[in-house]
Amino acid sequence: MLNFSGRELKPHSPHVVETEGVAKPLLSVRNLEVEFRTSRGLVRAVRDVNFDVAPGEIIALVGESGSGKSVSALSVMGLLPKANSEVRGSIMFDGRNLLSLNEHEMRTIRGRQISMIFQEPMTSLNPVLTIGLQIIEPLQTHLGLTTAEAEARAVELISLVGIPDPESRLNSYPHQFSGGMRQRVMIAIGLACNPKLIIADEPTTALDVTIQAQILELMRDLTRKLGISLIIITHNLGIVARYADRVFVMYAGRLVEEGNISPIFETPRHPYTMGLLLSVPRLDQGARSRLNAIEGLPPDPSKEIAGCPFADRCPFRIEICSQPPQLEFTDVGTRAACFRSDEIAEGKLKWRSPQGGGEVVSLPKAPTALVELQQLSKSYWVKKGGIFGRIGEVRAVADLDLQIQAGETLGLVGESGCGKTTVGRLLLAIDKPTRGSIRFDGQDIYQLNKADFARYRHDVQVIFQDPYSSLNPRMTVAQMVEEPMIAHRTERSREARQDRVRSLLDQVGLRPEIAERYPHQLSGGQRQRVGIARALALNPRFIVCDEAVSALDVSIQGQVINLLIDLQKQFNLTYLFIAHDLAVVRHISTRVAVMYLGRLMELASRDELYENPLHPYTRLLLDAAPVPDPELERQRPVRVAQGEIPSPLNPPQGCVFSTRCPLASAECKAQVPQPREVRPGHYVACIKV
Amino acid sequence: MLNYIAYRLLLTIPTLLGAAVITFFLLRVIPGDVVAVKLTGDGAIVSQAVIDAERARLGLDKALIYQFSDWMLGLLQFDMGRSMWTGRPVIVEISQRFWTTFQVALMSTAIGVLIAVPLGTLSALKRGGAIDYATRIFTMAGLSVPGFWVGMLILIWLLQSYGWQPPITTIPFISDPAGNLSQLIWPALAVGYRFSAVLARIIRSTVLEVLGEDYIRTARAKGLVPRIIIGRHALRNALLPAITVIGLEFAFLFGGLVVTEQVFNLNGLGKLFVQAVANRDFIMIQGMVMLFAVIYIFANLVVDLLYAVFDPRIRYGTAEA
Repeated sequence: MLNFSGRELKPHSPHVVETEGVAKPLLSVRNLEVEFRTSRGLVRAVRDVNFDVAPGEIIALVGESGSGKSVSALSVMGLLPKANSEVRGSIMFDGRNLLSLNEHEMRTIRGRQISMIFQEPMTSLNPVLTIGLQIIEPLQTHLGLTTAEAEARAVELISLVGIPDPESRLNSYPHQFSGGMRQRVMIAIGLACNPKLIIADEPTTALDVTIQAQILELMRDLTRKLGISLIIITHNLGIVARYADRVFVMYAGRLVEEGNISPIFETPRHPYTMGLLLSVPRLDQGARSRLNAIEGLPPDPSKEIAGCPFADRCPFRIEICSQPPQLEFTDVGTRAACFRSDEIAEGKLKWRSPQGGGEVVSLPKAPTALVELQQLSKSYWVKKGGIFGRIGEVRAVADLDLQIQAGETLGLVGESGCGKTTVGRLLLAIDKPTRGSIRFDGQDIYQLNKADFARYRHDVQVIFQDPYSSLNPRMTVAQMVEEPMIAHRTERSREARQDRVRSLLDQVGLRPEIAERYPHQLSGGQRQRVGIARALALNPRFIVCDEAVSALDVSIQGQVINLLIDLQKQFNLTYLFIAHDLAVVRHISTRVAVMYLGRLMELASRDELYENPLHPYTRLLLDAAPVPDPELERQRPVRVAQGEIPSPLNPPQGCVFSTRCPLASAECKAQVPQPREVRPGHYVACIKV
Repeated sequence: MLNYIAYRLLLTIPTLLGAAVITFFLLRVIPGDVVAVKLTGDGAIVSQAVIDAERARLGLDKALIYQFSDWMLGLLQFDMGRSMWTGRPVIVEISQRFWTTFQVALMSTAIGVLIAVPLGTLSALKRGGAIDYATRIFTMAGLSVPGFWVGMLILIWLLQSYGWQPPITTIPFISDPAGNLSQLIWPALAVGYRFSAVLARIIRSTVLEVLGEDYIRTARAKGLVPRIIIGRHALRNALLPAITVIGLEFAFLFGGLVVTEQVFNLNGLGKLFVQAVANRDFIMIQGMVMLFAVIYIFANLVVDLLYAVFDPRIRYGTAEA
C-alpha cells in the first residue's frame, strides 16, 4: 500500500519514537483500544494509541473533550468500569503487562507504583475523613506501616508539598482547605509510596491561574527531584509548552501528532495541531485580528469513521483522506498522521488567514459612558463555621468606580473571590448593591419607575458560563429563545415570534432545525450559541458575558469569540466580558479591568495593560499564565505568586493584595490604595507605582 | 453548640403553639362530644338535664376560648388535664402505655436498620444482579403489604407451629426481660420489615450515588481494598441521608403502631389514641397530639445533631479564614 508521496504504509505497525539514549521506557503503551458499550451502541473511545514514557520524563497528552486522553490514562490505572468497557492492546509497565493482571495484582500497582491526581480537587477527597487518614491509607495498605510510622511520613509529605503547619493539618478535613491546598494534598497522597509514575489528569483546570502555577511548579520540581515520570493530561497548550518534554496530540480517540515539544509547537505537521495552535487566544499576542477557529464539531464517537477523523473539519482535505492515515515521521523528527504532512513541511498548505472584519472594536474618539458604577459595594452575610457559627460579612465588591463606554467591550478579570461575578449580578439587577449606584444612560437604575426599570431589564441581557446547566433541559431551543419576547411582550403574535427565533438562530450560526431540539441533543458550542440567541432576542444594548467561553473547548471557543465580536459590530452592542482567562480577555476586550478581593487593581486599554502592566498583581497574573510557545516559556522567568488568596471573610488590612505582593511594605497595610490615573486612561491602585 | 441547641429548643415554642391551636379547634369541628358518646352513644334516652350537667362538669359548656385558655394554662404548668372518658389524668394514661410503644418503636428501628444497611449496600454493589432483584422484590413486598397483614401472618404461623398466643397483658422488661422480648419481638418484626424496606431503598440509591463520586475513584486509585473503599469511604457518606429517614420513621412509629398494637393485643399509645378519638375524648387527643409533636421535634433535633457528629462539614462549617 502506497500513500500519495510514495512512502510505504504499514497499517497497524506500532512504531513509536524511541526515547533518546539509554533507558528502556518505564511505561510502554501499544495498540491501546478502549471500547464502551453504551445505550447508543459501541463507542470506540481510544483507537490504536501508542506511547512511551521514559523514567523521569514528563509527557503531555493533549486534546479536547472526548479525544480519549483521560480514558487512556484510566486504562493504564485499570480504573475503567469493568462492566461496560473493554481494553485491548498492551500496557507494559516495568516489565509487566498491566492488562494481563487481575484486580488483586492491579491494586498492588495503584497508589504504589503509579499514582493519579485528578481534575477536581474539591470533590476528589472524601469529605468526612481527615486529611491525615487519607494520606496514611496507601502507606498502610502498600507498605504496611504502623499508624505512628505512617503519620510521621504523612507529616513529611504534607510539608513536602508546601502546606504550612503539617502536624495540626493531619486532623483537618478537606472542606477546611482551599482548592489549591486540596490539590497539594492529592499530590502528597500521590507521592506517598514513592511511585515511579504519576498521572495528572487536568490537575489545575479547576484552579486559579496563580495557584495553577504554584501546583505545576511543585509537581515538576518534586517529580524531577524524586526521579518520577509524569504524564500530564491537559487541554491547555500553554501548560504543555512550559512543563512537558514530549507531547502527544489526540483527536477523536487517536494520536494525530507526537514528538518533542519544540518542533510540535514551532513546526506542527498535522492540520489539527496547526489549527489548534492558531485558535488559542494568546496572552503574548493582541494585535492579531481574529481567532482562527476550526469550523465544525469533532466526530460523534459512536459513529465509525473509515478515514482520517479530522477530514470533515480539515481545510486541506483531499480524496485520499477517506483512508486512515498512519503516524509517519516528518522532516522535523516528529510524527504526524496526515497524508499531506510533507506538503505542510514544504509550506504549501497554510490555514487561511481569518477573513477580515475581525478587528476588535476600538474606543470611539469621544466616548460616552453607557454604564457607570459609582462607589458600588456589595456585602453578603454568611455563617462562619457550620450551623453553630457566627455571622460574618463578605465584601464581595468594595467601592468600585467603573465606566463602561457605549460600544466597547470591557474585560473584567480576576481570580475566584475577586467579585467579578458579583459585579455582573449587580448590573443585571439580580442582586441589589449594599451601597453605591449603577447608572445606565445617566440614570440611577434604582430610581427608575416601573416601566423604565422593565425597559432596563430589556436592554441588559446576560450570557452565562455553563451552557450545560444554564439551559432548561425540558424546554426546546425555540421555547427558550422565545421566552424573553413573551415576558417583555415584544412580539405579540406567535408567527412573529417564530420568525424572530429563526432569524436569531441564523444570526448565531445555528441551522433552523435546531429550534425543535432539547439542550441534551446539542453540543457545548451549540448550547452556548443558543444562550447567545436568547440574549439577543430583545435587541439589547448591553450584554454581560459571564465566563461565556470558559466551558468550551479551544477550537469551539474561537468560533464563539468570533461570533461575539461579529454580533457586537452588527448590533452595536456593549459587552462586559467577565473571565478568568487573561488571554481570552486580551483577545476580545477594548479595555481591561483587573479585580482582586472585591477591589479594582488596575484599569487600562487592552494593549496598554498587557504590554505595560503596572500593578504587581497584574504582573503576577500575566507571569503565572503559561503561553503556548516553548521558546518563550524557556526565556520567561517564572515568578510564582506566594501564598493563597485570602478569604474574603477576612480580607487583609490596607491593600488587599499586600499579603502576596512582592513589593509590599508596612505602609501598604496602612490604608486602602485608591485607583489613580498614572497615565492617560491607565488607572492603578498601588502606592508603589 | 449549646447556643444552637438552645436556639432550636426556643424554636419549638411557636411550633408547639401552632400544633395546639390547630388540634384544639379542629377537634371542635367534629360533630358530637364525649358526653353524647358516653350517655347516648348506644341509643339510650337520657334527659337533656343530665346531659347538660355532665357537659358542665367537663367544662364543655364554656365558650371555646375559655376551654382553650384553661387547657393552655394547664399545659404551662405541665398539667395535661384529665381524660374526659376515664377521668384519670392524661399523663397517667399515657405513661402507662408509653414504654411499650417506645420499646416496639426502638426494636423495629433496630431491626429495620440491621436489615436495610447490608441489604441496600449489597444491592447497590451488585446493581442489576440477582441480589439486587431479590432485594427489590423484598422491599416492594415490604412497602406494599400492610403491616397488620404481616403481623397476622406471624401470629398465625406462631399459633399453628408452636401454639403461641399473645399474652393478655404486657410483660414489663424490668421484671422479665426474656418474656418481654419474646412478646414484643413479633410486632417489632412486623413493623421492622416495612421500616427496612423503606430504608433499604434509600440506602441503595445513596450508595449508588456515592459510588459515582470522585473520592471513590481516588480511593480506588490509591489501591485500597474493596472492604475499606466500601466501609470507610462509601458508607460513611451514604448513610448520612439515611439518618434523616431513620429519625422521622422512628418518630412516626409512636402514633403509627395503631393496627399492629391491635393485632398483637398490645396496650400502647396507638390503641389509646384510637379509643380517644372514638370516644371524642378531646383532652386526651389534645394531650397525645402534643406528645407526638414533641417527639417529632425532638427526633429532628437529634437527627441534626447526629449529622454534625458524622459530617465534619456541618460541624466546622465550610469557610475557614
